[in-house]
Amino acid sequence: MDIKELREIASTTRQKQTKTRIRCCSAAGCLSSEGEAVKKNLETAIAEAGLGEKVEVCGVGCMKFCGRGPLVAVDDHDQLYEFVTPDQVGDIVKKLQESDAVAETGLISGDPHHPFYALQRNIALENSGNIDPESIDEYIALGGYEQMYKVIHEMTPGEVITEIDKSGLRGRGGGGYPTGLKWATVAKMPGQQKYVICNADEGDPGAFMDRSVLESDPHRILEGMAIAGYAVGANHGYIYVRAEYPLAIKRLQKAIQQARRYGLMGTQIFDSPIDFKVDIRVGAGAFVCGEETALIASVEGKRGNPRPRPPYPAQSGLWASPTLINNVETYANVVPIIREGGDWYASIGTEKSKGTKVFALTGKVENAGLIEVPMGTTVRQVVEEMGGGVPDGGKVKAVQTGGPSGGCIPGDKLDTPIEYDTLLALGTMMGSGGMIVMDESTNMVDVAQFYMDFCKSESCGKCIPCRAGTVQLYDLLTRFLEGEATQTDLAKLENLCYMVKETSLCGLGMSAPNPVISTLRYFRHEYEALLKV
Amino acid sequence: MTVATDRQTTPPSADHPSGDKRFKVLDATMKRNQFSQDALIEILHKAQEIFGYLEEDVLLYVARGLKLPLSRVFGVATFYHLFSLKPSGKHTCVVCLGTACYVKGAGDLLKMLDQEVHLKPGETTEDGQMSLVTARCIGACGIAPAVVYDGKVLGKQTEDSVLMAVQPWLGNS
Ligand SMILES: Cc1cc2nc3c(=O)[nH]c(=O)nc-3n(C[C@H](O)[C@H](O)[C@H](O)COP(=O)(O)O)c2cc1C
Ligand code: SF4
Ligand code: FES
Ligand code: FES
Repeated sequence: MDIKELREIASTTRQKQTKTRIRCCSAAGCLSSEGEAVKKNLETAIAEAGLGEKVEVCGVGCMKFCGRGPLVAVDDHDQLYEFVTPDQVGDIVKKLQESDAVAETGLISGDPHHPFYALQRNIALENSGNIDPESIDEYIALGGYEQMYKVIHEMTPGEVITEIDKSGLRGRGGGGYPTGLKWATVAKMPGQQKYVICNADEGDPGAFMDRSVLESDPHRILEGMAIAGYAVGANHGYIYVRAEYPLAIKRLQKAIQQARRYGLMGTQIFDSPIDFKVDIRVGAGAFVCGEETALIASVEGKRGNPRPRPPYPAQSGLWASPTLINNVETYANVVPIIREGGDWYASIGTEKSKGTKVFALTGKVENAGLIEVPMGTTVRQVVEEMGGGVPDGGKVKAVQTGGPSGGCIPGDKLDTPIEYDTLLALGTMMGSGGMIVMDESTNMVDVAQFYMDFCKSESCGKCIPCRAGTVQLYDLLTRFLEGEATQTDLAKLENLCYMVKETSLCGLGMSAPNPVISTLRYFRHEYEALLKV
Repeated sequence: MTVATDRQTTPPSADHPSGDKRFKVLDATMKRNQFSQDALIEILHKAQEIFGYLEEDVLLYVARGLKLPLSRVFGVATFYHLFSLKPSGKHTCVVCLGTACYVKGAGDLLKMLDQEVHLKPGETTEDGQMSLVTARCIGACGIAPAVVYDGKVLGKQTEDSVLMAVQPWLGNS
């Protein structure tokens, strides 16, 4: 494949796309509510109505408003349908023909300009819901693999890293480590063999951002990884994805095959001396495997036990080689940064948190789904304007972010702008992007216990503070919930939290007490109300 | 660079003495992975798919195939939640217990199953018809609470819809 061929594929694919497109969400959320039948029936109905010449039905990735799926959009008509059932396709086709017989249909029309969409700024998700994730041609038609060509032929690895550095992008997997700095560290390491790894374990319960990206735009991740590989000098990548995401795995496999067939992966990419290939590793259900050193052990076929750092994976990672490990969303931002330049990306967001962040908005919220907003957007804008607040006029009690490593933003702090540092100051964190809205009916001690239950069963058991500490914290919380706790228990709970935090070996134990600490901070009265008198 | 793998080209193990054809499939999987030790997890995934669960014989067979100590294979098989060393029921109901599902009432679904079907997470009915398990988030949080019935994910589940879905699996074996 050379650049001429790539551009030819792009232009022929674009020429073919002159028809009215009916986009059907074919990502996991909608597929689990009969999305597939909707698409099939639509195809049949279009053919039967003799519209095949003018209209094309296209299965696309997540259209973001997952809570109202299955979603169907008719492009030229600016139409969006929600909760579509397989037997409603006839009505959709009738509306398309603009026949008069459209008066009473059960179709629920959504608003494509709803604040849920209007306030989004899609960069990582720019293709999601717009292209068929199983078609490499559609990806190429939107300029796919052009940036891979550009870095290989027009930029030095150092220039690529400078661009990433300028963008101010920070890792989207939770910690927020500057991506450019990490790439530079791996690039500087001596050694012939280096690896890049994509962390698609997405352990955060209540989050599905990475899943959506993989299911909706897998080539974006492959291209991002290849660019990273070029920048740091790695010719081999691994995607570590959880087994609970079968559709993501299937689409990734397909994407890798397609890219290989086109010569966009493998040896001598774009007639250059550059080689790059990607393999998939399927996880087997262990939260701790999202932690980078545990993940590496798991890729090597071992138990996912973390090990102390340093050495960091950048120095000694997979099979003791220098290894770059980044999150899915981090890689998803690479292509636009290379395309538009680091300065462009840095112009979005706030001073210390650049660009956009994808959140999975769920829980007690009217509009659940996937949103990508510029950093600095307030939690209130996300939860109330975009999310529509708590259903039936309820009140937001707290918004949980950061999963088991995070904490709660209380209802009276919703005006906080979303930034790495502001969230940390509140005692929670950005995390990978799960955002779970809780209403007045939620018992915060119960939520804390829920997270502790999670951490206790996910602790790998390697170090005692975490293995025994999480069990004790769980038991203490149970005492509260059973009305058996005393003032001494409250003090014990608090002390133990800090002990576990400070003495655990890896991030799991270090952050396991966070949900307790954070609920104690804002909802202490709920703990106190449970004390035995 | 040294890669800590041990590659062979010929299968070290002959057919399984039991004559069980499924071991042949397992063999083919190991071969496809060039008997590489770092493919242990992939191979266990496949083995579980073939046999339904990882019985001791299977673990032993994999250990021999990859020239790994049984303790290592056993250690990996027990570390990961998705590997099961016990047979599961004919049908499986997975209730997601991730945070989004939890705040939307997944806990009540479990309570109902305990009361109506007398199953707790991790248990199988006595007639072996149905197993109940929980997941830590299957990524369908937008339509929480989510339940997986024999591999099929359904969202926005209620106590009634869950009971309706599992009813056909019960009591008519
Ligand atoms: C217990 C634990 C679980 C983690 N789970 C994930 C995960 O599911 N996905 C992820 O990308 N990072 C996860 N991380 C963070 C990774 O260790 C690592 O920092 C990250 O993948 C680096 O990528 P980034 O710089 O692009 O964020 C986890 C960390 C810990 C301590
Ligand atoms: S902190 Fe917990 S998960 Fe991490 S190594 Fe220690 S026991 Fe394992
Ligand atoms: S899965 Fe269909 S909109 Fe997200
Ligand atoms: S929390 Fe249940 S699907 Fe994510």
